[in-house]
Amino acid sequence: MAAAAGMGQQWVLVEMVQAFYEAPAYHLILEGILILWIIRLLFSKTYKLQERSDLTPKEKEELIEEWQPEPLVPPVPEDHPALNYNIVSGPPTHIITVNGKECINFASFNFLGLLDNEKVKSAAQASLKKYGVGTCGPRGFYGTFDVHLELEERLAKFMRTEEAIIYSYGFATIASAIPAYSKRGDIVFVDEAACFAIQKGLQASRSNIKLFKHNDMADLERLLKEQETEDQKNPRKARVTRRFIVVEGLYMNTGDVCPLPELIKLKYKYKVRIFLEESLSFGVLGEHGRGITEHFGINIDDIDLISANMENSLASIGGFCCGRSFIIDHQRLSGQGYCFSASLPPLLAAAAIEALNIMEDNPDIFQILRAKCERIHKALQGISGLKVVGESFSPALHLQLEESCGSRENDVKLLKRVVDYCMNSGIALTQARYLEKEEKCLPSPSIRVVVTVEQTEQELDKAALLLKEAARSVLN
Amino acid sequence: MANPSAVCNGHLHHHHQKQNNLLKSGIYKKNGITKGAKKNGVSNGTVYKKKFVEHFEQAPMYVAVLTFLGFGVGTIFGYLRDFMRAWGLEKRNIAAEREQQKDFVPLYQDFENFYTRNLYMRIRDNWNRPICSVPGPQFDLMERVTDDYNWTFRFTGRIIKNVINMGSYNYLGFAETDVNALKTVTIELQKYGTGICSTRQEMGTLDKHVELEKLVATFLGVEDAMVFGMGFATNSMNIPALVGKGCLILSDELNHTSLVLGARLSGATIRIFKHNNMQSLETLLRDAIIYGQPRSRRAWRKIIILVEGIYSMEGSIVRLPEIVSLKKKYKAYLYLDEAHSIGAVGATGRGVVEYFGMSPDDVDVLMGTFTKSFGAAGGYIAGKKDLVDFLRTHSHSAVYATSMCPPVAEQIIRAMKCLMGLDGTTQGLQRVRQLGKNTRYFRRRLHEMGFIIYGNDDSPVVPLLLYMPGKIGAFARRMLEKNIGVVVVGFPATPITESRARFCVSAAHTREMLDTVLNALDELGDFLHLKYSRYSKSSHPELYEETRLELED
Repeated sequence: MAAAAGMGQQWVLVEMVQAFYEAPAYHLILEGILILWIIRLLFSKTYKLQERSDLTPKEKEELIEEWQPEPLVPPVPEDHPALNYNIVSGPPTHIITVNGKECINFASFNFLGLLDNEKVKSAAQASLKKYGVGTCGPRGFYGTFDVHLELEERLAKFMRTEEAIIYSYGFATIASAIPAYSKRGDIVFVDEAACFAIQKGLQASRSNIKLFKHNDMADLERLLKEQETEDQKNPRKARVTRRFIVVEGLYMNTGDVCPLPELIKLKYKYKVRIFLEESLSFGVLGEHGRGITEHFGINIDDIDLISANMENSLASIGGFCCGRSFIIDHQRLSGQGYCFSASLPPLLAAAAIEALNIMEDNPDIFQILRAKCERIHKALQGISGLKVVGESFSPALHLQLEESCGSRENDVKLLKRVVDYCMNSGIALTQARYLEKEEKCLPSPSIRVVVTVEQTEQELDKAALLLKEAARSVLN
Repeated sequence: MANPSAVCNGHLHHHHQKQNNLLKSGIYKKNGITKGAKKNGVSNGTVYKKKFVEHFEQAPMYVAVLTFLGFGVGTIFGYLRDFMRAWGLEKRNIAAEREQQKDFVPLYQDFENFYTRNLYMRIRDNWNRPICSVPGPQFDLMERVTDDYNWTFRFTGRIIKNVINMGSYNYLGFAETDVNALKTVTIELQKYGTGICSTRQEMGTLDKHVELEKLVATFLGVEDAMVFGMGFATNSMNIPALVGKGCLILSDELNHTSLVLGARLSGATIRIFKHNNMQSLETLLRDAIIYGQPRSRRAWRKIIILVEGIYSMEGSIVRLPEIVSLKKKYKAYLYLDEAHSIGAVGATGRGVVEYFGMSPDDVDVLMGTFTKSFGAAGGYIAGKKDLVDFLRTHSHSAVYATSMCPPVAEQIIRAMKCLMGLDGTTQGLQRVRQLGKNTRYFRRRLHEMGFIIYGNDDSPVVPLLLYMPGKIGAFARRMLEKNIGVVVVGFPATPITESRARFCVSAAHTREMLDTVLNALDELGDFLHLKYSRYSKSSHPELYEETRLELED
């Protein structure tokens, strides 16, 4: 059987060869072309992914040779408004020496005058004696000192929250806290006047950011509603999309407060968590200086996270977050500025503890500050050409031009002349500085007036009077 | 005394060469791959003025298998315990969401914290150990115990005195409380207080900052410098000012989080090259220039290479000479983060630039921190005047962040003056030399004992490989029992199979302290089976003699 099959195949082959000889030439040529065509199809790509640019090594070298990068940094003009800093000789306290001239300080955020407090200094001295200056390590690797633990405990107690966590830099606090919770795909509703640290934190989080108009709850609710309809379309995604509202207690850029009671209502209505930045309001607002929650009489547990720096009222360095342990503890492994940075020098933590002691021992200090803020706020009304922006009880308020003179650059120059005028007469002021290209919503140029408890009523009146004079001579 | 040291150097050279040959000819072939030896073979030609020896010995295969097995067992038990917690068979210690917010979208995904809950929690006592003294060569630890398997800690009130500190980055021993040394700091603290309450551009530039910046520029031999209040923020808040959209960042895969964050915030395109691998970097550079930006095909506006001087988890030193020649060839810019290397390497402590005998002009952006060698806080960026002027106007930190605290600035000034010999003593130089000696001694002894340690022979950061997750806790706890404080690191800070202990050698460590640590390590290494190295211990007996010679001068 096998042999027969073999025979059969052989016969077929012979027949094929015979047929090949007998076939007409054109047929053979056609088949030959077809075979070649098939081979070509097999070995060539039938579609173009992209234009192949097979550069020869020589061409590559030429390209490398030709490429000219931009300079690392563009040259800065000599007269750039931010290039020549004011130089302060000696401590930046109530009386400050700026560029060799002695002035009363209306520029530093030393609201409670703790910067040159003797008690604070001696606490810091004692700490310096015991611990030296630096910590030489992050919190995880022997950078946790007993003073850090004490400060965290004290801050939590002061704010009446479960837990507090300290950072070694004010800016890094909220900028690290936001990306610890909010990740790619999550949604953050943020006030457009939010300070730069918040903006950077949001950028680092890579979340979906929705800006609402400054303090405009209707606009926020519109966005929340939009999101709600969006969620109904895709409920599976909605179940894992975290959402946050990020606001400031007292806005750095505008000097006004956020409408916290309304925000809380929206929080529970739309199930959004609230992060609150209190760098300006901590140690300022409220009967005991606990900030905006105390100011509005709101249960602090309704706020998911409060962040503030210790560089204003407390006159130290660093920042802290506080809230429930459920939330705060997460930062101990996920807060980048906490985990990967050296911890706060112990002497600064000791200074902050002492400053807290002073705040607790003198609760009337906040009333005094408030009265002074209101006094200057009133005195500054009605300056021709300048308008006061900010709440009457805000210790940092802004003076903006009533009418812009056309370009931002000229406005800044004009305000600089006002500042210089005051500086020459013994009142140290500064313009609020911004990175114009980096800000999401650039605030108008302004002079920032900072009130501290150390300024006497005469000094406050003098400053107001001087600003009036300056405005008259510069703006008119 | 100058001559003997020169002779010593000669010897050193010689021995390394021998060691190298040994590695290449014998052990390398027999026992598998040693990255260090391979690299040395390639590049120790002309660019390096002295031998550049780095080790990355690979552990035997069975170690990797056991390590994965360890993680596997841990994971299985993790799931089991999660299951038990879910059914109420085990107490839930984790803090819970508020009742009122139970119906909110959960703040954490359950799986995100699986590792923390089930693996990290078992050995959590080895991190964040609180101390209550200066972080000098020895410190005092606050004893803490746990009643619930590390979920919470309780202080016993007892203080563990004089624990040898192998963890702090106190390379030059400037973390000290000596009254004389801190005299000026005390004075400045009394004068200025602690706060600034303003930013550099507003009202926060003090005469102290100007003084410090001038000194830093002189110390580094550059035109100008600017200082910032936090080391981490120096990177994360200045890189975005330097590069932006249309720029390319080439970043080493092991760069610190602050560099990574800065790069991300800048909006530039980021490409990663293999750790300290020049071929990988060159390929990226060539491709970037030849092919331009993806999709738009425009040429890159500029290319910046981000590297660190000493890598804090590997102990390796950047291959600066090669990087500089690459950067010059391809017209890229170089940003060098000297967080761990400034003060710690180089004949007079001026960092890796000096270590390789190069000019500071070869590096476009010199960045460093004051947290480590200087025992203070903060960071600097130094370079050409153009660069620093640009940062003064555009740095995020200068505009929005509080400037450096004056007593901290004074600590840096006094440490730097000491290093420069401006205090009229040679103490600074002695510290740098002592650190070098301590480093070489410590590394050599560990090699001899048969541990696998990573990194450069001159790097004071000494990672000792533990591999298995179970050994992390065991190692750190037993070392503490012997009154030695060590840092242990595991995944995710390291690759999953390369858990390690990291020692930071300090100039303040005495020979006795190092010997105590080494003896403890020797004992523990046998007990925990940590001596994985396959280098023959007897292959270079000359090293013993040489070590002694060098330590005596």
